[in-house]
Amino acid sequence: MTDAAAEIRAVTHRYGKLFALDNVTLIIPGGCMAGLIGPDGVGKSTLLALISGVRRMQEGEIHARGGDMRAPSHRAASYARIAYMPQGLGRNLYPTLSVYENLDFFGRLFGQSKEERVRHIAELLGATGLDPFPDRPAGQLSGGMKQKLSLCCALIHDPDLLILDEPTTGVDPLSRRQFWELIDRLRARRPKMSVIVATAYMEEAERFDWLAAMDDGKILTRGAPGQIMASARKDTLDAAFIALLPPEKRAAHKTVSVPPLQTANREFSIEADNLTKAFGDFIAVDRVSFRIARGEIFGFLGSNGCGKSTTMKMLTGLLPATAGSARLFGKKLDAGDMETRRRVGYMSQSFSLYGELTVRQNLELHARLFSLPKERGAERVAEMLKRFELAEVADSAPEDLSLGMRQRLQLAVAIIHEPEVLILDEPTSGVDPVARDSFWLSLIELSRNDGVTIFISTHFMNEAERCDRISLMHAGKVLAIGAPARLVAEKGKSTLEDAFVAYLEDAGSEVAAAPLTDALASSSNTKEANRARFFGFDLGRLWANTYRESLEILRDPLRLAFALFSPLILMITFGYGISFDVENLPYAVFDQDRALESREFLESFSGSRYFVQESDINSTADLERRLVSGEIKLAVEIPPNFGRDLISGKTPEVAVWIDGAMPFRAETIRGYVEGITHKYLADQSTRHDSAAPPPALVNMETRFRYNQSFKSVYAIIPGVIMLMLALVPAMMTAVSVVREKETGSIANFRSTPVRRLEFLLGKQLPYVAISLLSFAMLVLSAITIFGVPVRGSAATLAIGTFLYVFATTGFGLLVSSFIRTQVAAIFITAVISIIPAVNFSGLLVPVSSLSGSGRALGLTFPAAWYHQISIGTFTKELGFTQLWPDLIALGVFTLAFVGAATLGLHKQES
Amino acid sequence: MRLALPKAWYLVIKEFRSLWADPVLLALIVYVFTFAIYSISTGISFEVEHASVAIVDDDHSELSRRIAGALLEPHFRPAVVIDARDVDGAMDSGRFVFVIEFPPNFEADVLADKGPTIQVNVDGTAPTLAGNGNVYLQSIISREVASFVNRDSGAVHQPINLVTRAKFNPNYRSVWFTAVMQIINNISILSIILTGAALIREREHGTIEHLLVMPVTPIEIMLSKIIANGFVIICAAVLSLFLVVQGVLHVPITGSIGLFIFGAILFEFSVTALGILIATYVNTMGQFGLLSVPVIVILYLLSGGVTPLETMPIWLQNIMRFTPNTQFVSFAQATLYRGAGFEIVWPQLAALVAIGMVTLLICLLRFRKVVSST
Repeated sequence: MTDAAAEIRAVTHRYGKLFALDNVTLIIPGGCMAGLIGPDGVGKSTLLALISGVRRMQEGEIHARGGDMRAPSHRAASYARIAYMPQGLGRNLYPTLSVYENLDFFGRLFGQSKEERVRHIAELLGATGLDPFPDRPAGQLSGGMKQKLSLCCALIHDPDLLILDEPTTGVDPLSRRQFWELIDRLRARRPKMSVIVATAYMEEAERFDWLAAMDDGKILTRGAPGQIMASARKDTLDAAFIALLPPEKRAAHKTVSVPPLQTANREFSIEADNLTKAFGDFIAVDRVSFRIARGEIFGFLGSNGCGKSTTMKMLTGLLPATAGSARLFGKKLDAGDMETRRRVGYMSQSFSLYGELTVRQNLELHARLFSLPKERGAERVAEMLKRFELAEVADSAPEDLSLGMRQRLQLAVAIIHEPEVLILDEPTSGVDPVARDSFWLSLIELSRNDGVTIFISTHFMNEAERCDRISLMHAGKVLAIGAPARLVAEKGKSTLEDAFVAYLEDAGSEVAAAPLTDALASSSNTKEANRARFFGFDLGRLWANTYRESLEILRDPLRLAFALFSPLILMITFGYGISFDVENLPYAVFDQDRALESREFLESFSGSRYFVQESDINSTADLERRLVSGEIKLAVEIPPNFGRDLISGKTPEVAVWIDGAMPFRAETIRGYVEGITHKYLADQSTRHDSAAPPPALVNMETRFRYNQSFKSVYAIIPGVIMLMLALVPAMMTAVSVVREKETGSIANFRSTPVRRLEFLLGKQLPYVAISLLSFAMLVLSAITIFGVPVRGSAATLAIGTFLYVFATTGFGLLVSSFIRTQVAAIFITAVISIIPAVNFSGLLVPVSSLSGSGRALGLTFPAAWYHQISIGTFTKELGFTQLWPDLIALGVFTLAFVGAATLGLHKQES
Repeated sequence: MRLALPKAWYLVIKEFRSLWADPVLLALIVYVFTFAIYSISTGISFEVEHASVAIVDDDHSELSRRIAGALLEPHFRPAVVIDARDVDGAMDSGRFVFVIEFPPNFEADVLADKGPTIQVNVDGTAPTLAGNGNVYLQSIISREVASFVNRDSGAVHQPINLVTRAKFNPNYRSVWFTAVMQIINNISILSIILTGAALIREREHGTIEHLLVMPVTPIEIMLSKIIANGFVIICAAVLSLFLVVQGVLHVPITGSIGLFIFGAILFEFSVTALGILIATYVNTMGQFGLLSVPVIVILYLLSGGVTPLETMPIWLQNIMRFTPNTQFVSFAQATLYRGAGFEIVWPQLAALVAIGMVTLLICLLRFRKVVSST
């Protein structure tokens, strides 16, 4: 213990107004197991993140590995020497990737050669007992196995400093034990390695070499566990921790003692008989049977993912059972039975009250939903506020409460309607020991005084010991049921934990770990030579990200389908749907003359392909009505004596009524009508010389260039390709970075040597490839379905498209690097790209007709430039000589977007 | 006797509070019903506006200059004279949508009654502008030539006096159309996003499970979301109709606004149900976003609110008739522009109710299964 693992001086860290760390000064010894203990939210995670360089420092100074962690150069050098495993089960893993692929990715990030990776992975898997499952997706591992895999990922580069943030929370006791044994063996082999661990399990911490107890962003005490217990004069660390708390916190603590259950009444509130739940092939709950007597406290003990929550959900009717049956109050469970629901209270695992409502409003809402009469409801709300000591915070939002208070609030809500049965799913995880004990006092009171049956799940052994009976659960199966003392006695052990481990071993749950070979220890620092690098930019790391992202996309059918098929479906709908060829317009005539001349004139309408004739109009009122109802879009009114006036040269007036509700259509109809009338008059002049107008003074020859038949499909289809390649690739990449922020795997970017540009470009490449594939499909369907060929230079189109999707995916990355949630990223990307791509790109209105801000907006987005290329190569028969300026513009956009995204993405979390 | 308010009512109040506590969504509502309506209505139009015209004048006569001078805003930008050699390049680059070429001796030939030919090149890839713009150009040229020739001999005699009148919108103003269509579009975007997001948020936070173990039925949960979000959106839409569309954009509304609001409520019902339906097919907000964007885009572009319904193939028209947007667009065009009454638009209203009911029924069938499988 010569060198310190980390020296922390006067470090303060705030989230908004909240102090996570309050002027902390601490020297964590090196070369040993150093632990940070304390409940959730006391600043342990923040401190670890600061030490590892993952989070940006606000105030103070931290030295780790002999350098200042505020200096970017020291951090850059440290990424390869520090391993950081974030909190949460498998938070830094990629759930769809297999065990091997996860490890392989980390190996690539640290620049290991293939041979090196294969050797390391084989060895780590062997050491952790994961070697039988290299191909299993990480998401399908049990909690214990996930944590082992996370640890392997952290160890693959042989770090000097290992930082573990609550690595065993929610893991079953056997896996926990194996986890620590693994760490011990690693340390025995590499005594110089320093380990810093945060944990909420006090039992675990007793075996560490050194501890710092934290509360409220401050260090309560530090030293060897034995010293700490001795100075507090307690024989467990849990008790010592409570004793060390500031007096005002400690005052609230009362020792929990459970009065024995009065067993006068032996009717059962809850009965499960061979209850089974399967999700596809996966059997989450396997033939679970138990009976819970009225007034009993029945505990469910087991690790995360062992089927506790699923069983509880089946008992509340939230999930239908695959097989077996459940009975509540002696009646078969019926999800639709409102009467039974009134007798049950449920508290789910995570906080599940409305954050936007105050404490009081939450209570009131639930009182009303349980149809408590108004007075009774008010009475109960007041009672709950008092009983659970929430009166002072009645008008605060639940988010402002401490974790312990929130748990009390949830319990208050769950019992507001005085249920006879209370189902509580891990109500105390993450809560500090004082609050946990006070929560238990409430439960005991409910059970013993009010006769409420309590069914509770937990992974704390000391809580399980307080239950009347417990059921040990593992991998969907019940291992044993009975009073805690009996279970301990049955296995001849001294503690419940040992007994549980014994039961687990009987069940043969986990494969024993193979001994460590010496290969890992001998593997020296990774070779850095012979690798493609430009100014520190590493193609290997870029490729690691590309490969990983590609695998993830391929295993997410919804995203892949969205990427490939939605452009196609949208193009088909738009291709058919958006057309400016106004045809088949229903019209009717109001012929008040019915002479030969009027019929001749009207024939020129009925002969037109633009119009479809409806039955004749017989009155002015009829004309009005049919236009109003939208039945006809056009009415032609011929005045009486039209024929006579025409022959006598009196210029009769023909009135044409157009439905102006849709202006574009109305204008087009007017054009048609004028054209038809001109043609009629011209025909007349050649036939009857008498009333002939003078011959045309001037002939006008209209050439619709690029599109002789003037069909909108030739303009719309290239436009739609532009639109699709603007929207879909951008939305895909917009989600890609944010997703990692949400799932937590962004920690790997922050804690490894990968650079920002390597990370972003690596992510971008698979989407560029998908977009190009999607483009190929679009072009193919443009040609085959719509008959729109590429008349100009296909090569220019291909180059342009490549640059364009690079730019649009870059735009998505840009949004993604700033935004925090997936939804916001999707909608912001969609809104920002739709407006210029639809309105100002030339799709609907030529850019030359736009003015002012519209034009500026159009030109500052790649869509308008690519529209030139798309329509130019498809319809205008253009090539590189005409379109090179647009290609250059797209290249500039790519550089600008990717560059801005790189600047926007911070290596450290702030 | 005292009647207890239905439980759904308390859920509605809860929904209001949730919405009120979300400043981003509130800002979104305000934005789309004010700024977005204004900028889109005034920003894009399918009218012939600011069309760019070039002239190749090999005649340099008074007549050719006179025709060029007759091309006026707002329909045309001032004509630019270019060289015959530059025609291809100018059109290739999209600088001009129209290029008019006057032949040599044009004016002399007109006066000599030889009927010379003017060539009008139109960029056929500009579908909204090319067709109608060409009609305008032709009539301007004819008029100018005729008045030039007849300036001494009086007016031209036309055998028929054709009077065309656009009912309901005599000046073909597209802002009248776009503004109201944007309101409809925004109603549907917001309804889908707000209700869908409200449901998924409850699922992600686990509060929906909480509701389902209480004596609350799925239909109460769904209706509370429909009522609360619908009410807010309808109020915003009506305010926008009065303040932005009538007030700022000066769009005259001839029909019954009461009837429109009634229809809007039915539309709101069916489109919020659609939002819930989409939400039952996905697990996370991210997936919801990916799925809802194409749905929104299709509803927007193919409802008849952007391009006329008649231009679509019959099969597509028939499919789109099953969407609430198509029904409501046709209802809104009839009531607001053409002043149609209930006796004319009741089929659309009935269709909206039917679509909403069916959608809600499907949601109900999927609800419990989907909610609990996360």
